[in-house]
Amino acid sequence: MGMLDVVGPVMVGPSSSHTLGALKIARFAYKLIEGIPDEVEFYLHGSFAKTYLGHGTDRALIAGVLGLREYDYDIKNAYELAKKNNLKYTFIKSDLGDVHPNTVLIRLKKEDKINEIQGASIGGGAIKITKINGVDCDLSGDYNTLIIVNKDIKGALENILSIIHVNVANLYLKRTNILEGRALTILELDEKPSNLNELEKLECVIKYFYVGSDN
Amino acid sequence: MTFKHLLDMWKETNIPFEEIILTEEMVETGMDPTIIRNNMKKLVEVMLTEAEKNYGKKHDSLTGLTGNNAPKLLNHSPKLLSEFNYVATVTAISTAENNAAMGRIVACPTAGACGVVPAILYALKTIHNASFNDLVSSFIIAGAIGNIVAKKATISGAAGGCQAEIGTAAAMASAALTYYFSKDAEKCGHAASLALKSLMGLVCDPVGGFVEVPCVKRNASAANVAITTAEMALAGIESVIPFDEVVDAMYRVGKMMHEDLRETGNGGIAATPTAKKLVEDIRKSWK
Repeated sequence: MGMLDVVGPVMVGPSSSHTLGALKIARFAYKLIEGIPDEVEFYLHGSFAKTYLGHGTDRALIAGVLGLREYDYDIKNAYELAKKNNLKYTFIKSDLGDVHPNTVLIRLKKEDKINEIQGASIGGGAIKITKINGVDCDLSGDYNTLIIVNKDIKGALENILSIIHVNVANLYLKRTNILEGRALTILELDEKPSNLNELEKLECVIKYFYVGSDN
Repeated sequence: MTFKHLLDMWKETNIPFEEIILTEEMVETGMDPTIIRNNMKKLVEVMLTEAEKNYGKKHDSLTGLTGNNAPKLLNHSPKLLSEFNYVATVTAISTAENNAAMGRIVACPTAGACGVVPAILYALKTIHNASFNDLVSSFIIAGAIGNIVAKKATISGAAGGCQAEIGTAAAMASAALTYYFSKDAEKCGHAASLALKSLMGLVCDPVGGFVEVPCVKRNASAANVAITTAEMALAGIESVIPFDEVVDAMYRVGKMMHEDLRETGNGGIAATPTAKKLVEDIRKSWK
């Protein structure tokens, strides 16, 4: 941590955990599905559920899935922007279980594909992405993040890593579905690999998402 | 990092305090000092732009509990404050109300305490014709003070009460003011200590949990604490207790604070009958 973690960032108010953090989780979802969804449902947990209107968390979340940055003046006008972009949104107060009090589950629908991102605003604008499509993870969103759904077979990771020519900061592996033989590989990377499309050629890769860092 | 460490380096060398801070930042974060200074410049730019744009302006805050205080001050001719204090006070309230209305701010050190540092920077600019570069230099001192508190203690109201947010902001602003007029690191330390001590024990008690009451007006008062303590330090008044120890004390006080007094909206003025009624009314208006 340095001085620039204490002064700044430039953001819209009123609170780093309720606006900045919420926006960052939603923007992660926007980047993951590569664009504005057709429909979005926000499942709000704990203090997010109690206070989302008063703290502007609602507008920050909508602004995030619209791809806005934390310093955009337009966050205030998120509802009008949603209308302009034909974004349908619903806020649902819910109990997401034993999770951080500022947690939101974002369910996005785009061209019949559904993706779910769950994240928590853990204070001072920092976030944790805790679930992607039902699979537990622990991502800060500060890195370039590559999420790969792959076949749960021998050599899968080796094949994936043979394509990634940049430094890997963190690596998560998880068997997600034994019956379907699926696993999830999440890599936090220092840079964006230039040859991501080569992943498609790999037999073990079912699909992948790339979420670039905002830093 | 301790303030004493920075101060010792300053005393041993003839290097300006801001350069010592930037070098120390480079050692700790690996970041090029030129890049750090440029980032600090951008933050000062945003602070000044927003201060000018929102000066005395009315804002529609999220709850409506605040938003019309800055215009009241603007339309009032000060009876008690100096011109410098007055401009700083209007800026502090305007910035904090802009924050409450989802406007653009620089968290400094937090969003809730975002009005204090821009208040003194904008007052230096308008009353003393301070150059942009001098403001950036002063802001670097403020950054170092904030960083020391964040590292040794906390800058979060939920962890340490309002003293950790607005107290830190006042210490940052006071040191920045002192540096602008004296370039004396030792005096900056005294200024920061005096400011933080003045606000020690302050609880975080936002009505309904919203960053509005009492947060907005505390920004204005804290700006004046910063000005008063800077004036004392410039006059040669010293803090008997060194800054590092004041920070440690603030942290211990924060740990002793009951949870109700740390941003939960359950204690302090948030627990008054009027506050409870207001919150009830606001919640009704949402449905």
